[in-house]
Amino acid sequence: MEQHVLVIFPHPDDETFGCGGTIAQFTQTGVPVTYVCATLGQMGRNMGKPFFATRESLPNIREAELEEACQALGIQRLIKLGLRDKTIEFEDPELLSARIEQILQEVRPSLVLTHYPGYAVHPDHNALGEVTILAISRLPVQERPMVYVHAFARDCQNRLGPPDIINDISALSEKKLAAIRAHRSQSQVFFPRIANGQTKKPSSKNSLSHMLERESFWTYHFS
Amino acid sequence: MNPIAKSAVQSALDHFLNRDVYLHLETTNGAYAVHKQESTMTVGAYIRNGRICFGRGVITGEGPYRVGLKMEIGWVYAEGLTDFEIDQAGRLLLAGHDQEGRLAVALELSFTPFDL
Repeated sequence: MEQHVLVIFPHPDDETFGCGGTIAQFTQTGVPVTYVCATLGQMGRNMGKPFFATRESLPNIREAELEEACQALGIQRLIKLGLRDKTIEFEDPELLSARIEQILQEVRPSLVLTHYPGYAVHPDHNALGEVTILAISRLPVQERPMVYVHAFARDCQNRLGPPDIINDISALSEKKLAAIRAHRSQSQVFFPRIANGQTKKPSSKNSLSHMLERESFWTYHFS
Repeated sequence: MNPIAKSAVQSALDHFLNRDVYLHLETTNGAYAVHKQESTMTVGAYIRNGRICFGRGVITGEGPYRVGLKMEIGWVYAEGLTDFEIDQAGRLLLAGHDQEGRLAVALELSFTPFDL
């Protein structure tokens, strides 16, 4: 059993859509989860449907949504890095990596969840995944946590082979749904019925039902 | 935000004439445009806190609207604007939303810097 899980993603909602069920599995069994969220998703284009956020109100709205989603998933501790959406790849990677290293030293996780650098589509995902891997690689081998990386580039399975961790989260779907609902400024566009309060699980084989059944990761191997 | 009322936006633009003002200007088709195969390119650009001074600022069109700000040595231009708000801080927020309510373009003016 894991002792402490550290989740590192750039945007409020990355934790929910990609691995909300997995996080809920850990917290449900009493494993503490700390979430490092690097930005407030200030530059997202989804503003709710019908839109209720503006470019200037979005950061505060997403911050509140994030707190609510963390509660829904049982995340105990949230660390906000205060970076700006879309800018992570332009920051000094040494400074970011040092910040992550500091958090690793403090939290001492047994498992880290982050994005797979190069396979996670959004430049912020790839950049933060990269500095996270860099920070972990600098720990002495015996102190390194396990690392599960999340990837969803269209060609990732061709390039990486199938994911080795396939997590059945169907028993946790209600919690994941609650977190999706919490991120309403982002989820209303994709899942209007869910975001607006429908609690029943979708029955059809669409992207949402798939998202509520399983989450997949690759174990990262340090060279 | 509310659908653009042209005269209200024109008065707001006039309010910012011939002063040093802060500009937020952006356009985006979404970070996942290629991934979701909505487009063959993911494109976006933004300026946060450009400091400008313009002597002429005009809103045109019948909706979606266009705005042009004429500076001493250049222009600021945005098209596709649909909605506006003058917020509590007195900032003029203009945005263009698509049918899904997603922001595609924004032009904002403020006398004080926008939050980072």
